[in-house]
Amino acid sequence: MGVEYIYPEFEVIRNENRCITCRVCERQCANEVHSYSPELGIMLADETKCVDCQRCVSLCPTHALKIAKSPCTYRENTNWQNDTIKEIYKQANSGGVLLSSMGNPKPFPVYWDKILINASQVTNPPIDPLREPMETRVFLGKKPEKIERDKKGNLVCKLPPQIELSMPVMFSAMSYGSISYNAHWSLARAATELGIAYNTGEGGLHEDFYAYGPNTIVQVASGRFGVHEDYLMAGAAIEIKMGQGAKPGIGGHLPGEKIVGDVSRTRMIPEGTDAISPAPHHDIYSIEDLRQLVYSLKEATEYKKPVIVKIAAVHNVALIASGIARSGADIIAIDGFRGGTGAAPTRIRDNVGIPIELALAAVDQRLRDEGIRNNVSIVAGGSIRSATDVIKAIALGADACYIATAALLALGCHLCRTCQSGKCNWGIATQRPDLTKRLNPDIGSARLVNLMTAWQHEIKEIIGGMGINSIEALKGNRLMLRGVGLTEKELEILGISHAGE
Amino acid sequence: MKKEGQIRIPSGCAIAAVISKEGRRMSGEVVVNAMMPMHDRSNGLGGGFAGYGIYPEYKDFYALHLFFDNRTVRKDCEAFLKERFEIVKSEHIPTRQIPAITDEPIIWRYFVAPLSSVVTLMQVDEKEFVARTVMKINTELKGAYVFSSGKNMGAFKAVGFPEDIGVFYKLDEYEGYSWTGHGRYPTNTPGWWGGAHPFTLLDYSVVHNGEISSYDANRRFIEMFGYKCTLQTDTEVITYIMDYLIRRQGLTLAEAASVVAAPFWSTIERKTDPAEKEKLYFLRSMFPSLLVTGPFSIVLGFTGGLMALNDRLKLRSMVVGEKDDKVFIASEEAAIRVMEPDAENIWAPAGGEPVIVRVREGAI
Repeated sequence: MGVEYIYPEFEVIRNENRCITCRVCERQCANEVHSYSPELGIMLADETKCVDCQRCVSLCPTHALKIAKSPCTYRENTNWQNDTIKEIYKQANSGGVLLSSMGNPKPFPVYWDKILINASQVTNPPIDPLREPMETRVFLGKKPEKIERDKKGNLVCKLPPQIELSMPVMFSAMSYGSISYNAHWSLARAATELGIAYNTGEGGLHEDFYAYGPNTIVQVASGRFGVHEDYLMAGAAIEIKMGQGAKPGIGGHLPGEKIVGDVSRTRMIPEGTDAISPAPHHDIYSIEDLRQLVYSLKEATEYKKPVIVKIAAVHNVALIASGIARSGADIIAIDGFRGGTGAAPTRIRDNVGIPIELALAAVDQRLRDEGIRNNVSIVAGGSIRSATDVIKAIALGADACYIATAALLALGCHLCRTCQSGKCNWGIATQRPDLTKRLNPDIGSARLVNLMTAWQHEIKEIIGGMGINSIEALKGNRLMLRGVGLTEKELEILGISHAGE
Repeated sequence: MKKEGQIRIPSGCAIAAVISKEGRRMSGEVVVNAMMPMHDRSNGLGGGFAGYGIYPEYKDFYALHLFFDNRTVRKDCEAFLKERFEIVKSEHIPTRQIPAITDEPIIWRYFVAPLSSVVTLMQVDEKEFVARTVMKINTELKGAYVFSSGKNMGAFKAVGFPEDIGVFYKLDEYEGYSWTGHGRYPTNTPGWWGGAHPFTLLDYSVVHNGEISSYDANRRFIEMFGYKCTLQTDTEVITYIMDYLIRRQGLTLAEAASVVAAPFWSTIERKTDPAEKEKLYFLRSMFPSLLVTGPFSIVLGFTGGLMALNDRLKLRSMVVGEKDDKVFIASEEAAIRVMEPDAENIWAPAGGEPVIVRVREGAI
């Protein structure tokens, strides 16, 4: 029926003069866009299936391909934009909830891009990281209120459990299942080589990766998939996932097609069953319940592991964080509404939650106002895109940042935002063996190490320019930030002055 | 133009200090004269001194030095003080009228003892009580400013060149076993007396040369513990950090120094003594937000001693010299030579290496 037809979003543009009909594009496309016509002796394209993942473009040996946005659009309308109309058609066709992946693509303000960083001139010297030591090491965890001394008066040099990081960045939670074995392996190896941490997400920890335990954060989510004693003991820290920036208020969904072989074993659920995490933890209906789970996990791990509580940035995030800081948690991870996901209802991803910049600033200030900032470390995520985003987050008050989308990009992701299909041509968000083998973990981990090393260089150079030679002197140092084009209210919430002030 | 406290004003500076390890009292003139060869390190927009052992006759009382904008606020403040303290003496701080120092506020001092009933009611110790009262006046009582609050010590500061300020406050008529001095070179300031150094809380005083890049990280951390940084100056926040670490946390001076000017991780890792290594590692990871970066040289004065400290990269000059029972500290050797032409063992302490000098036990 014609009314169901939606014109494809993308056009495959093939330069016939360059195409040698090697059929690489055909073999590379899990969406089956490309095909060879023996009769015509040319390559054809079914553009209805194209997701613009750029795999064929990247691998075409003669650079004969490009993918362009289709110029065939509905009549221009500011209120009823093309995507809005298409979504209506899709829902009228299917009766279903719209699904999307990765972070919110809508044109909400990105505050990182409206914040500028300071540098030293004259009154105080910039410090040159090529010639002077420049430190980026951080410790995450609770700091006691008071020092203690033994009977002889010596300091008792004991802190509650901490995570030590060589730089204030960690790879955020992405479950084995939502991403591939090779993707997980790349993250684990890179985290170990870098001296940082990666996060299992809610899919459990594959037995091959226990070796990377000291650089692993093991997650406990509402579905409790893959959680057992050895798993908890394996990591450097335990994260309770209360929420996720891309989909606050709902749990993770992994379709049965991805629950195969080792994924099923690692999650401890039968093959082919959908892994639908409940929206709440059914043992946590209030803050006092959270406290019990925090201490249950601490008991189970003999108080050797810091416990992270991860929440989505929602309206009253500051109050929630204050409650968490008094709940025994060692670290709070806040995930902003632009954070990524392997699958989320589109409407939720695009409309629920608040920006991480505002959430982070509000939480940090609130905890300081209450004098409990030292009870917890703060990790900010969703979405941190560059070294300068990291610097701005630390200066607003974060102890460290979580990155996931940036890490996936390093692994080859081209942000086509169709992870939910399970047909990731880059071998990341898929479990199909023919696709997962495309991601070489030697190359993947090396690229992640490159990315983080590059960011570390940039961080050192920029904080050196501010006259700072250790990252801890940047934490919460909001005087180093200025806003441009922000309202009084936004500046007030961010706790920064406007440029020129 | 915004007044100091509403805006952060960076400044360069000159510092000088002297102490007698035997507790022998010296005229304040010694340190005032030391500022002269460093004239060009100040620009006439602030200076001051702190003397220890200067009020032997009132040594058991907190000496509160205050600036008042007008007579009304002095009356209000006195009424407030009477609710909390027994005031044993209240007087104008004597000054000499000289052309170089103008626009002075009302400069007053009180020798007071906290009312024990009020202290008990607040469930804090006496020092904490005094510290909180100082914070309260400085943040809530507009036009009143406590610039000195220790026992048997006092700060004297003003807008002007330090050598003139010494004359203005008649420091030649005071005698102390240790003195610190400061000349300020702010980049811009309408000139407020309270903004000058030394900055003090209880018997801690700090004179400082530098501009710390960690300022807001330090400020936002320390303000969690009841301190209010009303001036937005480095000196103020360093004083509070020292008070927090030494008085409230109970760290030793050397331990506090290794928090604010923490050794680099690589230095800590090279330490061969495991106990020292563990301790440095602990202190750095326990108090990361109190690491002070950027250039500074400070002299921390306290009852019975001085501590000089440079930032860990030694981005500001500071030299130390000795002669007999005296130890001299200054931004420049010239200043030491003025205090003692025959000073010996002049050396420049390494970045982050505290120089702690104490008066012999029992000498004061």
